[in-house]
Amino acid sequence: MANTRDLRRRIRSVKGTQQITKAMKMVAAAKLRRAQVRILQARPYAETLSRVLGSLAERTEHTHPLLQQRDVRSVWLVVITSDKGLCGSFNHNLLRYAAQLLDSDRWASPQVVPIGKKAVDFFTKRAYTVAAAEPNVMSNITAAEGRRIAASLIDAFTAGEADEIWVVYNRFLSLIRHETVLARLLPVEPPAGDEATLPNIDYIYEPDAATLLGELLPRHIEVQVQTALYDSSAAEHAARMTAMDAATKNANDMIDRLTLLYNRTRQAAITKELIEIVSGAQALEE
Amino acid sequence: MPNRLHLEVVTQVRRLLDLEVDEVQLPGTLGALGVLPGHTPLLTSLGIGELMYRIDHRESYLAIQWGFAEILPDRVTVLATVAETPEEIDVSQAEQDKHEAEAALKTVDMVELEKMRAKLQMAITRLQVAQHRRT
Repeated sequence: MANTRDLRRRIRSVKGTQQITKAMKMVAAAKLRRAQVRILQARPYAETLSRVLGSLAERTEHTHPLLQQRDVRSVWLVVITSDKGLCGSFNHNLLRYAAQLLDSDRWASPQVVPIGKKAVDFFTKRAYTVAAAEPNVMSNITAAEGRRIAASLIDAFTAGEADEIWVVYNRFLSLIRHETVLARLLPVEPPAGDEATLPNIDYIYEPDAATLLGELLPRHIEVQVQTALYDSSAAEHAARMTAMDAATKNANDMIDRLTLLYNRTRQAAITKELIEIVSGAQALEE
Repeated sequence: MPNRLHLEVVTQVRRLLDLEVDEVQLPGTLGALGVLPGHTPLLTSLGIGELMYRIDHRESYLAIQWGFAEILPDRVTVLATVAETPEEIDVSQAEQDKHEAEAALKTVDMVELEKMRAKLQMAITRLQVAQHRRT
């Protein structure tokens, strides 16, 4: 049986760990709130843009390079994970899903664009072709970073390095739920003009419809990338919060168990000592 | 005929304005355009410049950099890459940008030229807009 000193030491160490997990949970909660605000603030732009783009694409016959379907020879898959761990199965599930996709014969020779340190580590250490890596984006997502990534993807598409670009990420649903989303970034599928919400308006276009389309499409891709980054980061913080909450609870259980064991051991030791004293006294009397 | 316009200015990171106004002036790529209630539906791209909106006789300004505007008879929606209110503009930074851009324009090559021009124009716009700051 363990002695009381060891038990005391263990209890103290678990308490220390618990304090850390509790702090991490609170930090994650604060970051999650900020991420949610960011998602909400970005929404009006995204909605308006896709409404305008939908009505524009419907009304114009013009084809644009970014809309063009080509024979698919090379495919890029953008995989978005977090930079940091300790967030439950958040990264693991996504990476497994992405790896399955890449290993399947859905695409002939896919290349990966990992975003987030976890994805970068995962794919560079295995036999995948990494087209471009973005290890330092997720800790501090800015609009400029989103724009830069979107621009590099557009360049790859127009230069013919990739005939299709897909993205896979965790979409934030609620505190305890996120889903893995696979979506095509390029070529762009114009958002379907919803007849109910789209009044039939004949716009005047300035300078002209084709030019406008050419300027709107890259913005649209920026928004898609941005949304994926924000969503993934919100889902990450939510996942970390739940994971750390569970860890704190587990630590609590463990402390309870250890305290019980400690008390029993202490009592057993006292009893043993008493018996020794009593039997010692008895031996003297006899 | 609607007698007011609903003006909405959004960027990728926030909704800057969402209010009823009497008139809007926008920096279109083909030149400035003024919008009054009842305007024909119009979709235009925006350059760098001042956005002015008027409520009764009070005029307010924003600095706008690239974007689009969707104009309908009763509403104007502006999607801007950058939009700043006069209070947010860092005047000393803008002046520094202006000097840098002006200096660079004298020596710069073709690739950098457009970038520097844009920088200069944005700096000038910022300074103009900042003058409308309310104290």
